[in-house]
Amino acid sequence: MRNTTTLGLTAALALSVSATAVWAENIKIAFIDPLSGPFASTGTNGLHQYEFAAQTMVNDKGGVLEGDMFEIVPFDNKVSPKESLIQLQVAIDQGIRFVAQGNSSGVAHAITEAVEKHNKRNPDSRVLFLNYAAVDPALTNDKCNFWHFRFDANADIKMDALTDVMAENEDIAKVYIIGQDYSFGKAVAAAAVANLGEKRPDIEIVGNELHPIGKVKDFTPYARKVIASEADAVITGNWGSDMLGLGKAIIENGFSGPIYTYYAAGSGMTGAFGETGKGAIRLVSEGQVNPPPTDEAKAYYEAFLAKYPDGNIDQARISNVIGMLAQAINEAGTATDVVAVANALEGMEYDSMWGTKIYMRPNDHQAIQNLHINAHTDEGVTFDYDNSGFGVVSESMIEMAGMDSPSTCDMKRP
Amino acid sequence: MDLILVNLIDGLVTGLLLFMLSAGLTLIFSMMGVLNFAHASFYMLGAYFAYQISLYLGFWMGLLIAPVIVGIAGAGVERYGLRRVHQYGHVPELIFTFGLALLIEEIVQFIWGKNQMPYSPPEILQFTLFSIAGNAIPAYKIFMICMSMGIFISLLFVLTRTRVGMVIQAALSYPKTVEALGHNVPLVFMGVFGVGTALAGVAGVIAGPVLGTFPGMAFLLGSIVFVTIVIGGLGSLWGALVASLLIGWITTFAASYNVAMADILMAVGFEQPIDLSESAWRDLWSLTLPQIGPILPYLLMVLILVFRPYGLFGKRDV
Repeated sequence: MRNTTTLGLTAALALSVSATAVWAENIKIAFIDPLSGPFASTGTNGLHQYEFAAQTMVNDKGGVLEGDMFEIVPFDNKVSPKESLIQLQVAIDQGIRFVAQGNSSGVAHAITEAVEKHNKRNPDSRVLFLNYAAVDPALTNDKCNFWHFRFDANADIKMDALTDVMAENEDIAKVYIIGQDYSFGKAVAAAAVANLGEKRPDIEIVGNELHPIGKVKDFTPYARKVIASEADAVITGNWGSDMLGLGKAIIENGFSGPIYTYYAAGSGMTGAFGETGKGAIRLVSEGQVNPPPTDEAKAYYEAFLAKYPDGNIDQARISNVIGMLAQAINEAGTATDVVAVANALEGMEYDSMWGTKIYMRPNDHQAIQNLHINAHTDEGVTFDYDNSGFGVVSESMIEMAGMDSPSTCDMKRP
Repeated sequence: MDLILVNLIDGLVTGLLLFMLSAGLTLIFSMMGVLNFAHASFYMLGAYFAYQISLYLGFWMGLLIAPVIVGIAGAGVERYGLRRVHQYGHVPELIFTFGLALLIEEIVQFIWGKNQMPYSPPEILQFTLFSIAGNAIPAYKIFMICMSMGIFISLLFVLTRTRVGMVIQAALSYPKTVEALGHNVPLVFMGVFGVGTALAGVAGVIAGPVLGTFPGMAFLLGSIVFVTIVIGGLGSLWGALVASLLIGWITTFAASYNVAMADILMAVGFEQPIDLSESAWRDLWSLTLPQIGPILPYLLMVLILVFRPYGLFGKRDV
């Protein structure tokens, strides 16, 4: 199955390169994310969502401007910042003006810096960086620049939303925070402590610890500590096998409260949690999949499944990236002058089919949108993940989350 | 106090699981001198095969069939791979098994993809057997303990009480003499390799549902298995058992107790610097036991190599 995808990708890449010469008017978007190695499934799934969005939302509707088509050009960066910069240069050399990347904030930092330098030195071939998933708050604060746009809520905004919901839950008196021992895990823990202290000072934080990332074989001892602490809720920023191992261990060893997470769905995880995760796992994310917020979203997801039966739309924001870019290009009346496109994106209010308005905040280029706290369940699931019968259903919504969140961004405009 | 009992049980589960892997590896190593880097990959294969079988025939058939397939695959690897490479010496053998480990990981990703597999314990074992002070002990854990205990006892019985076991033990020390007595030593080697990998397969079958079935699972356990057999002493079944349990308990207890380095340093009489962020010893002061837990087995291995190079129960140098 996978090899056909890879084969298809290679073929698509080869085709797209050769197609360049023929239809020069295609508007190309470079997709720089892992397509091989340990995170290949995440990257490939994202690529499918991009290709599908470009095809359905733009090309099938006659394209932008006067019939210009969107084309996604995949580049494999192996989640390495170094490799990403090489691929970025290749993309720029091919005349590509729009770059999409999301997996790993480390890579995003490298790209945003490189794009800023490139645009300063080469005003004739400037590019825009469409960040759809890297959530390090610094990217729209200290390290922000005019060329970077983030379509996902950043880690602080997500924690703000998560703790809003937790603060309303009177049953929670004790919280246990656990995460992976690196910058993101630490950022999540710090944001959780700060937010809870502000919103519910009566909540006691009974545990705040970090475990080695990707090194823990058995999470049982950690689960024992969580239970011994008599916590009512757990917060974690874990992802990948660390998320699954931690979640399963905590639940199987007798914890019955909610586990608040960032990334506990898709990529086989929803299927692997299955029945055990029901009633425990909560996720904060943008984009509501269940119940489908609009008929348009329902039809969109169904068409996606028809094309990729094993796929998940677990990043609804990808279609927002395409939709907003198309709208900005139409407004600017050009796809080559990226300053005009960026100006159109800035402050844009976009109605997403996922039932939210998206406001691209001009001062830091952070998208403000409704966030959802979703529950992992098999009830009321229209679109499940991993063909498992289980999926995420929206439990509560925070409207325009982080609208007034502060930013230290000092943007320099061209 | 209650937590100690719970941790003892958890550590026992981890330790026995490790034992099933190291038992096979230590036999293979002592008999053929092959450092089998692919051993943990057979553990992964066990989990994936069992998952695939469980989709059609249920968990129990998976438990029965998957180790057999893994064992046959292991025997095949010895017969058609290792035996040929063997004549060129140890380095080619090492490279062969290393390559095999990479190959198996790629094949697994090729067939099953990179995602986590939804492999779960059987329905009838999905309940809480008993609780100690709110800490649930799932029935599946007890099943894992019984299973590995049973395997240890039967392995010990075969090795020490039966004719086959005696031939194996003899072939361990004096292969030439055993061959001269009319025994087929290459067949014994193949059998031991097959059984060793099958044991790893069993470990994979019963560990897959709790520790997760994903392409990285072999890598996670791979190095610690070598540590176990070095600590226990090469070729010693008892050594493998004791070392596995030791490592199981050490890692479990280390992860469970938040002993901070700062407390220890202060107890010894050092004074904590007022501004930690400026101090050169910041990292040392902020260290906690759970953070260094995963490296403790490696520390133990270094100490063992320094003070008792033949391991706890071994009879010869590493």
